Amino acid sequence: MQIFVCIKQVPDSGQIRVHPVTNTIMRQGVPTIINPYDLFGLEQALRLRDRFGGEVTVMTMGPPMAVDSLRKALTFGADRGVLLTDRVFAGSDTLATSYALSYLIRKAGETWGAPDIVFCGKQTIDGDTAQVGPGIARRLGLSQLTYVSGIDDMDLTDRQILVRRRGDHGVQVLRSRLPVMVTMMEGSNEIRRGTQADALRAARAEIVQWNAATVGISDTSLCGLRGSPTVVKKVFAPTARDEKAEMISTEGISPSGMAEALVDQIFSRQPGLRDDLFRQAAGH
Amino acid sequence: MNTKSSRPAGGGRASMKRELPERFRSYRHVWVFIEFEHGRIHPVSLELLGEGRKLADQLHVDLAAVIVGSGRAALHEVAATTFSYGADVAYIADDPVLADYRNEPYTRVITSLVETYQPEIMLLGATVLGRDLAGAVATTLKTGLTADCTELAIDGERSLAATRPTFGGSLLCTIHTLNYRPQMATVRPRVMAMPTAQERQSGRIVEFPVDLREEDMITKVLDFLPDTANEAAQLAFADIVVAGGLGLRTSENMQLVRDLAQVLGGDWGGSRPLVQKGWIPAERQIGQTGKTIRPRLYIAAGISGAIQHRVGVEGADLIVAINTDPQAPIFDFADIGITTDAITLLPTLTRVFRQRLAVNRMAG
Repeated sequence: MQIFVCIKQVPDSGQIRVHPVTNTIMRQGVPTIINPYDLFGLEQALRLRDRFGGEVTVMTMGPPMAVDSLRKALTFGADRGVLLTDRVFAGSDTLATSYALSYLIRKAGETWGAPDIVFCGKQTIDGDTAQVGPGIARRLGLSQLTYVSGIDDMDLTDRQILVRRRGDHGVQVLRSRLPVMVTMMEGSNEIRRGTQADALRAARAEIVQWNAATVGISDTSLCGLRGSPTVVKKVFAPTARDEKAEMISTEGISPSGMAEALVDQIFSRQPGLRDDLFRQAAGH
Repeated sequence: MNTKSSRPAGGGRASMKRELPERFRSYRHVWVFIEFEHGRIHPVSLELLGEGRKLADQLHVDLAAVIVGSGRAALHEVAATTFSYGADVAYIADDPVLADYRNEPYTRVITSLVETYQPEIMLLGATVLGRDLAGAVATTLKTGLTADCTELAIDGERSLAATRPTFGGSLLCTIHTLNYRPQMATVRPRVMAMPTAQERQSGRIVEFPVDLREEDMITKVLDFLPDTANEAAQLAFADIVVAGGLGLRTSENMQLVRDLAQVLGGDWGGSRPLVQKGWIPAERQIGQTGKTIRPRLYIAAGISGAIQHRVGVEGADLIVAINTDPQAPIFDFADIGITTDAITLLPTLTRVFRQRLAVNRMAG
């Protein structure tokens, strides 16, 4: 089977600093990682390949340096990496991103075989929109299966897939038909340690690089900044959450004393919550 | 390439003048998609009606509720509820195919409603359902969608100014959809205030005919396993959450966290390292790659408060941090802090809460 996994190279959020004067993200020297949510899709893809055979192709759109993330994905065992990179994509919002990625996926499909499943990250840790996966599904006519907590069964002959999907109030058990676009829930699996052989192969592998023209995009007005309906008008720092925490004093005070003071403080800050707790305790 | 949010500030974007094309100029009214699943209206939909009412008043247009599902009586009851929360109009799409949420038929119905009645703004909850639906609808309509907004306003030119956090809350950005309609936005539960219901308000109901056949649906709902009250899935919606970190030192001490949560009728979780150590299951992880919570009270015991944890909890109304290290980053964003050993304090705190609630029980 053919499995495509869309990943995104993102700045490691633990290392992000905001310039105190200009309010811009200081990217200099911030290490990049594969968006953590994408790895749940990658691991699921590798498991399906282990069971059903076939190939796992990882792909991304980004600047030339995004090859690092693709190479990293190869160390886990993916078969090949493809980068779509072109200046015309700069400044893409989610609509323009799904436009470009849909062309990338089509071209990859023509090259290695149409995908049975396209995995996308549930969301990214930098944009956090959860919109690109659904956008791709819509554009390519794939059935959309987001927030999947497990793939229970798949039949390549009759093209059926059985999944559990995390809803707001419970789990849906869904049967759909390939090809599908899947986003996996966090915690649904854990990315494997790649083998030594994978690491060696990844180091030597050639990452396929395509641009807008190669994937067949002729109308660049739908790409990048021009193709993005949303416009960022203002970027600013949030007003700080009060000051520092109000500290409960501990000097020479027993644990009971501390606990009493803490409860007093909580109740005085949240009288509504206190009243609700009392009401519940009184059995109303 | 860069998403919106990863683009640095400045750079002339704001000066880029975009004109609203002629075909969109007649788009009017504010819509709120009402999440109605398993007989319940999601509270976020009512919160959005409150927010939508303000936007509609400012624009001098109607506020409409969009209600999709199956069963005439139930959907009309939902419509009545939306009227009491401020809606002027309710669009109802009623069909057995729409009984359970599925992306395909819901996207079709919403898209066709939008094309027929042409709203200028559409708001949805940033829930699992809302996020699944909004992305598909916006892509089909080729319009702008801003996720997880924390503030909505109207600027001078009838344009929706949607403000959202980016980079884990380290920056905010205000996003506009200047030359497409509708302007779409999602808002997380509990971000907007719950409006007060007004009794016996009435409104106009528009029944929207749908043409859907079950045999055309590729995805079938075979079963639904509802969450029970104590399940980890409820963590994200809990009013009170108590969580533990490495400061608890042993997995047995997680019981102290669970005890306190139980006395408070709340839920419990932990930081990522505890999942890695196998002390708690993955679905109890709170933080960036785990659950985002927004309880009224969050008590963090022995958690240092790395940025990955912070982004998952800072929507809480009140954050209480217990940590032995006065330099722990958690004290930078907690509201109340105490530098002491959580292992000693937790059982005492549980006892004090239990006593206070018991006293009140007797009084009640």
